[in-house]
This record gives sequence, structure tokens and C-alpha cells, in this order.
Amino acid sequence: MAEAEDNISILGKEVPRRDFLIYGSTALGVAGVALTAWPFIDSMNPAADTLALATTEVDLSPIQEGQSITVKWQGKPVFVRHRTDREIELAKETDVKSLRDPQADDARVQQEPWLIVVGICTHLGCIPLGQKPGEPRGDYSGWFCPCHGSHYDTAGRIRKGPAPLNLAVPPYKFVDDTTILIG
Amino acid sequence: MSTYTPPTWNNKFVRWFDERLPIVTLMHKELVVYPAPRNLNYWWSFGSLAGIVLVIMIATGVFLAMYYVPHVDHAFDSVERIMRDVNYGWLLRYAHMNGASVFFMLTYIHLFRGLYFGSYKAPREVLWWMGVIILFLMIMTAFMGYVLPWGQMSFWGATVITNLVSAVPLVGGDLVRWLWGGFTVDNPTLNRFFSLHYLLPMLIVAMVMLHLWALHTKKSNNPLGIDCKGPNDYIPFHPYYTVKDLFSLGVLLLFYAYFIFFAPNFFGEADNYIPANPMVTPPHIVPEWYFLPFYAILRAVPDKLGGVLAMLSAILILFVLPWLDTSKVRSATFRPMYKWFFWAFVADCLFLGYLGAMPAAEPYITMIQFATVYYFAHFLVILPALGWFEKPDPLPESISAPVTSQA
Repeated sequence: MAEAEDNISILGKEVPRRDFLIYGSTALGVAGVALTAWPFIDSMNPAADTLALATTEVDLSPIQEGQSITVKWQGKPVFVRHRTDREIELAKETDVKSLRDPQADDARVQQEPWLIVVGICTHLGCIPLGQKPGEPRGDYSGWFCPCHGSHYDTAGRIRKGPAPLNLAVPPYKFVDDTTILIG
Repeated sequence: MSTYTPPTWNNKFVRWFDERLPIVTLMHKELVVYPAPRNLNYWWSFGSLAGIVLVIMIATGVFLAMYYVPHVDHAFDSVERIMRDVNYGWLLRYAHMNGASVFFMLTYIHLFRGLYFGSYKAPREVLWWMGVIILFLMIMTAFMGYVLPWGQMSFWGATVITNLVSAVPLVGGDLVRWLWGGFTVDNPTLNRFFSLHYLLPMLIVAMVMLHLWALHTKKSNNPLGIDCKGPNDYIPFHPYYTVKDLFSLGVLLLFYAYFIFFAPNFFGEADNYIPANPMVTPPHIVPEWYFLPFYAILRAVPDKLGGVLAMLSAILILFVLPWLDTSKVRSATFRPMYKWFFWAFVADCLFLGYLGAMPAAEPYITMIQFATVYYFAHFLVILPALGWFEKPDPLPESISAPVTSQA
């Protein structure tokens, strides 16, 4: 700006002063439009009341060994299963390397008897069967998705069928011995 | 008909008004004396029929929105109230529901008409683009509309389809949460789908206007695929084609009314009469029939993102079709080889549709993969190659020549 009256230097290049004003006002206009667009776009993100429902507390004390319950967390079903010794054994003796989505059993539970997974098949989002007594539990005694025949084992790991991943483990923590907080 | 001289309007008010806003002249030019090739067959009716069904959809839709409540607690019941308590509510709903099927049927025939007679080729590429954009908008509109009754199929269809967005690398999770307005398909999702389902048809109307503008700029193609050369090749749109289209409309309405009054749930899924339950998935999730070929392509690729990309490219590839087809001859009538490949392609699309409704198990998966490969090969291999290998039949010298010489 110092040397010539009609030119200005941008990134070491000489540009006529008037062009610089056009670039500047265009950039300002684009920034203004983007800033105006943001509230519209952001309005579609989860609202405060939806975010407020982000955690679910579950009382584990009434769940007997071998029983499972389904709780709702963020609108999704979460399977809470009190595993039997046999189920824990089955989950532990599996060769991790042979799995499609290799994960050891202890990487999937915080306390061995309690398996907590999001009950949504990782294929196309159906809810696998196996929560209620009498429902098919698949070839690996865990869950069976009726939509396209995915089989999950007693650690909720994918063993057979089209699903690519293990049932997701939601973030949760033990508040005390018999209560967990999901989310 | 290269130059147009507007008539002098006799009615004093019309003349006064037209001098200030020449809308009467515009309609006269585009709808009355608009020069159309004299040899158009009934395949050329489907465009105007689709336009009429769009109007029916908007009319029934606006009235349905007067009684529908876009809230998860009331949506299903409000639709049942429309069916039982609202005067002629059942008629409005069945007309809207079956209208979507009829709309897609007409549009697909319209599209395949274009494919057969080379209506996408120069100088009509932009006209073709506008059509592909309309198809895109139709798909989104129909998908969101199907969610509104909040039945089991609505809910789980919405879950499965919106979940596809999560396949996008890095931002997929944020994107799908933004789309849902929460952590799963729920009330915020239903709410916004209602809003967008109301908005998108307006965009479709705007795109249809551009589509017609592009059409009227370069004029209609015709079954021979050759350009109009002289006044003998044209007839004015009105009354010749208005009458022809009205006759087609009569036939269409018979067909449409049959489904509304005698088989209103033929195209639907019975499961959508069960209120949405986020805790129970129906064993077999299928989209509406008009999405089945695309759904099949989605499932052809074992990878989630790959499937989404394949499904999108199945439509996107239509944008570049005018440049993939290297043949200079437009109409399949004079393309002895293309004719067969065209019908093979139609069969492939129908086969994909059938496979889309089948469970995702063998042998269907392998069949879907073959059919998908053929779908893309048609555009990427067969069409470019045909331009080189095929020897087209001789083209007639003009549209009117065969008629005038016989007379």
C-alpha cells in the first residue's frame, strides 16, 4: 500500500486497489451469508430438551442371573444382561483372532456378569431377538437378528451373517454396586 | 415457426392487460400455437400426465395437511381420523397414497421413453438434467412423505435409510444426528420431515417450469429422432396434442381410480398399519416399490459406504449419459443393436426391482451383484462402445415425407 497509490500487495502479488476492494467486499459478503446460514443449519441439531434425555439410570438389583432387560437410552434399546457362568465361560474361551470384529470379552464388559450393549444390529439397524425367554438366540447363544440372519454371541460379538461389527457398547459407569448410568 | 408474431387481442380488457403483463400472449405462444412434431406417439403423453399427477399430489397434500398432526403421539391417530371422521378423508388419503405410485410409474415410463428415443442427446442435455434433478427431488419427497403416518414401515424405513448417512467418513455420526435432531429417529425427525415434505413439491414445480422452458427452447424430440425441417413437420400443440393428452388422461384416471377404489392398499405394506414401535423391528423391511431397484443396488456392495456410493451413482450417472452415448443417431428405431440393449437394460432394472424386494440372502445377493454390474456396464461400456460398432439404419429425410408421399 505504501509504494503505489493504485496498487496493493496481497501475498506478495501486486493487485489494483479497486480489485482489492472487490475481493474484500466479496469475502465479507460470503462470510456474512455463512454466518447467517449457521443458525438455520444448527437449529436442526439436537435441541436442549433432547440433549437433556442423554443419560439413563438402570437399577440392576431385580435382574436375576440369566435374565435380561431392555432399557431405552436416547431412544435406542439397550440390552442389559445378567450373564450366567456358562455364558461368561463361552465368551472367554472364544478365539479372539477368529472373530470378524476382534474384541476380547473383558474389553466389552466392566463387570463380568453384566453385559450392556446397544440392541441395534450393526447391519441395517434392526433389533436382534433373544431378550425374551423363548426367542431364538442364534447359533452362539447370544442374539439373533431376524432381518438378515446375523448371529451374535454371549458377548454381543458378531459371529455369522452380514453385520460388519459387534453390538456397540454404550458409554456407562457403575454408580454403585447395583446401579449403572448409561450415557 | 422460427419467428412468432403475437396476435392482436380483440377483447379490450385482455389487450389492456396483456400490454402491461403479456401473460396471455405467453400462454398463446407456449400452449396454443407451440409447434410440436406431427408424429408424436402415445409415449409422449407421459410427461404431461406426470405434471397432472403432480398437481393432484399437491392438491390432496395441502388438504391432508389440514388434518394431519406431525407429532409422534398423534401422527398415526390423525391419519386414522382422516380415514374415518374427515369428510372424504379416505378419498384424499388413498388418492395421495396411490398418487405417489402412479407419479413414479409415469415418471419412469417418461424416463425410459427418453432413453429409447435419445431425447437426452444434443441439443436437449439441459432438459435431461432438469429431469434428473426432478427425479432426485421426487425420491426425497416420497421418502419423507412415507414417514409421516408413523407406522412400523415408516419408522424402520426412515431408520434404515437415514442410517446410511452415517456411512460418510469422519462426519457421518454428526451428520446423521443433525438429520435426526436427536440420537435416533424420533419426534424432531418426524417434525422436520413434515416441513420438508411440504416444501419440496414447490421446488419440484419450479424445476418442472425450468424443464418445460428447456423443452420449449429446443422443442420436442420425436419417434424418428430427426429434427423438424419445415412447417410440414409441425402441428400446433392446441388442439391436436391437448386432445391427445386429454384422452391419455382419461385412460390414466381409469387406472388410477381402479387402485383408489378397488385396491387402495395394493402398493402399500400391511405393516404400516401398525403404529411405529422403536423397540420392535418388523422382520422384513422393504421400501416402497419405486425405490426397490435403488435399494437392491445399495445392497449389492457388502460395504456400507460403498453401497451408498453405488446407489447415488446409479442416479448421478444419468447426468453424464448424453456424453456416454457416443452414437450420433437419436432414435432406437434406427439403431438395430441399441434397441436390444435398451430392452435388456429395462429387463435389468425390473429384475433389480424384484431383487430389492427379496430377502438379503443367497442366491439373491449374487444375482443383485450381477444385475448391478450390468446396470453400470450399460452406461459405461455398452453405450460408448455401440457408437463405434453399430451401423445405424438410414434415417428418413423428414418427418412429413412418409406421410405426404403416401397421401
